[in-house]
Amino acid sequence: MMGSAKRNPVLWAIWLVASLALAIWLSLQLVDEEAPKTAFLPGPMTHGHHQIEMQCSVCHGDGFDSETTLQNACVDCHGEQLDDAQDSHPKSKFTNPRNADRLANVDARLCVSCHVEHRPELDVGMGVTLPMDMCAHCHEDIEKDRPSHEGMGFDTCANAGCHNFHDNRALYEDFLLAHAGEPWLKQPAQQAPRDLLARQMRDEDLMALMRGHGEAPADAAVPEHWDGSAHADAGVACTACHGGGDNWVDSPEPQQCATCHEPEHEGFLQGRHGMRLAQGLSPMTPSQSVLNMHVEASHRELTCISCHGAHDFDTQKAAVDSCIGCHNDEHSNQYLRSPHHALWKQEKRGELPPGSGVTCATCHMPREEKHGEIFVQHNQSLTMRPVEKMARPVCLQCHSLEFSLDALADPHLLENNFKGQPEKHVPSIDMAVDRDKARGDKKGPY
Amino acid sequence: MQHVMKQKVTILMAAALSALVLSGCGEEKAASGGGIEPKVYTDSLFAVMKADRTNYTKMIIGRLGPAGADSIKPHEYWEDLENGAPLPAQMFRYGAEAVSEMTSDFTYSLQSLWPINAQNAPKTDLEKEGLQFIVDNPGQNFYGEETLGDTTYYTAVYPDVAVAAPCVACHNNHKDSPKTDFEMGDVMGGVVIRVPM
Repeated sequence: MMGSAKRNPVLWAIWLVASLALAIWLSLQLVDEEAPKTAFLPGPMTHGHHQIEMQCSVCHGDGFDSETTLQNACVDCHGEQLDDAQDSHPKSKFTNPRNADRLANVDARLCVSCHVEHRPELDVGMGVTLPMDMCAHCHEDIEKDRPSHEGMGFDTCANAGCHNFHDNRALYEDFLLAHAGEPWLKQPAQQAPRDLLARQMRDEDLMALMRGHGEAPADAAVPEHWDGSAHADAGVACTACHGGGDNWVDSPEPQQCATCHEPEHEGFLQGRHGMRLAQGLSPMTPSQSVLNMHVEASHRELTCISCHGAHDFDTQKAAVDSCIGCHNDEHSNQYLRSPHHALWKQEKRGELPPGSGVTCATCHMPREEKHGEIFVQHNQSLTMRPVEKMARPVCLQCHSLEFSLDALADPHLLENNFKGQPEKHVPSIDMAVDRDKARGDKKGPY
Repeated sequence: MQHVMKQKVTILMAAALSALVLSGCGEEKAASGGGIEPKVYTDSLFAVMKADRTNYTKMIIGRLGPAGADSIKPHEYWEDLENGAPLPAQMFRYGAEAVSEMTSDFTYSLQSLWPINAQNAPKTDLEKEGLQFIVDNPGQNFYGEETLGDTTYYTAVYPDVAVAAPCVACHNNHKDSPKTDFEMGDVMGGVVIRVPM
C-alpha cells in the first residue's frame, strides 16, 4: 500500500525545513544559558525553584546522568541548612541495613523521594509529595511509648506545633517543658541589638578597607544622602566601595558589599531574593515572583541596594518600606494594620526602646547570634516553610512558646498579620507537662 | 580507584601480618583467599570504636564535665546549652553517621533491649538473638549472618557495659528508659556491626 502512495516533493521539503528549524531552535535553547528552556521542562517548577528553572544544570548537572547528581545538587544548596536544623531524619538513618524493610516503603535516602519537581499535580506545598501514612511506616506503635498519642490519625503528625520531618528543635519534649508556663508576651519584649560596627572594629583588615584606598576622581561628587548614613557614621570612605584612582568603579557589584557584610550576603544568595544571582543569572525582579507584587514595582531588580539604597543605607527603610514597596499580598498589606506595626511606629517616634518594634525584617530576617556576635539572617526563606520553624528563632524573642505555636497554627492570624489572639490551640506543651507530672519526682534532665 | 586499591592493599597487609603473628601461636586467622576474616575485621573496628569512646569519656567528659573541671555540660540536648557537650553515646552515634557518609563497606549502631529511644530496640531476628546472647553471656561477643533487603551481612554484636557511674545514673533516671535498676558492670546494650558479604 505504501509503495502505491505518490511522494509529494513539496511536502517532503516542508517537513525537512520544519524539522531542521525545530532542531536548531531546540539546540539554541540548550546552548544559550540565558535562553528560556521551557520546551524542555517536563512541568512547572515549585515556588522554591521557579526562579532558576532555566538553569537545568544546577540540579541535573551536565548529562541528566544519575540520581547521585540530583541528590548532590539538593545537598549543595540545602545541606548546611539541614545541619543547622539538626535534621531529625538524616540520610544515615536510612542507609543502615536494619532499615532495609522501611526503605522498601519510603526511600528517604533521597530528597526527591518526598520533594518532587515538575509535578505540580502531586505537590502538597513546600515541594513535598508523600504518602499520608509516611510517618506510620516507622512510628506506627508510638502509643506504646506515648499513650497520649493513642487514637491520633497517621495524618496528624506534621501539624504546626507537633512534628516536622527535618527540624524539631522547637518541638522536642524537654524544650516544650522548659518553656511551659511562660507569659504570652515577654517583658521586656525586645530583639537583640545589632553589633555590626563592633564586629568590624575588631577586624584590622575590615577597618583598613573601611578607610578606603587611593583617591576618588575629582569629579566624583559626594551624594547628599550619604551624610548621616550608617556608612558615613562608621567612617566608611567612598573609595572603600568604589575603589580608588584607576580602579574607580561607578556602580560596584553586590560582591563589593560582601567584602564587609559576608554573612549577610551569603544569606541573601541562599534566599528567594538572591538565588538567581547565586546561579549567575540576572537579578530577580518582582515580575518573576509567584506572589502578588505591586505592578509598578515589576521591573525593579533585587540586589543589596534595592532595599538598602545606594548611599543612604537606611535600615529602617530596608526593614519595612522596601518590602511593602514590592509585596502586595494580604499578609504584607495587613502588616500596616497590625499590632506589630503599631509597636514599630512607637519605636520610630522614640516612645519605645530600640528593638521593641516588629518590622517585616524582625520576622523574616531575624537577628541570629553566632559566636557572641549578632548577624541579620538575609535568607528570608529560612524560617518560613514550614512556618513553625519561625517559632524558635523569631517569635520566642518576644512571645512564649505556647502562644507562638498557637499563633503559627492559626491560618486566619497568618493572613491578617497577627491582629488578634489565636483561635487554635496546639496541645504539645500540655502533653509534655502531663507526662512530666505523671513521673512524680523524676524530673527531666533539661 | 586509588583509595580502593589502597584499602585492599592495607587489608591484605593487615591480613598477612596477622597470619604471620598468629601462626606463631598455632592459630590461623587469615582467610584462605588472602583477604581478612570478617570476624577479625569487625573485632578490629569495634576495638577502635571502644577505644575512642573510652578516651572521649575519660579525657574530655571525665576531666571537663561535672566530675572534673565542671567547665562543660555533657547533656543530651547539648546544642541548646551554653558550654554543652555531646554524651559519649551521642558521640558514638555521630561517628556512625559520619562513617555512613564516607563508606558503605560497614555500618554500626548502638542498640539495647532497654533503649531510651525505642528506635534503637533490636529489630531483626539476629539483633534480638545477639543482644540477648551478650546479656546472658557476659564477656562474650555474638557473630552471625543475616539477609536484609537483597544483601547478606556478617553481623557482629559486642556488649556495651556500664563503665562509669553517670552511664548508670542517666539510664536509670531518663524518663524514656524502660529499665531503672542498672548497676555498674551491667551489659546495657550492644554495638552491632554489619559488613555486607
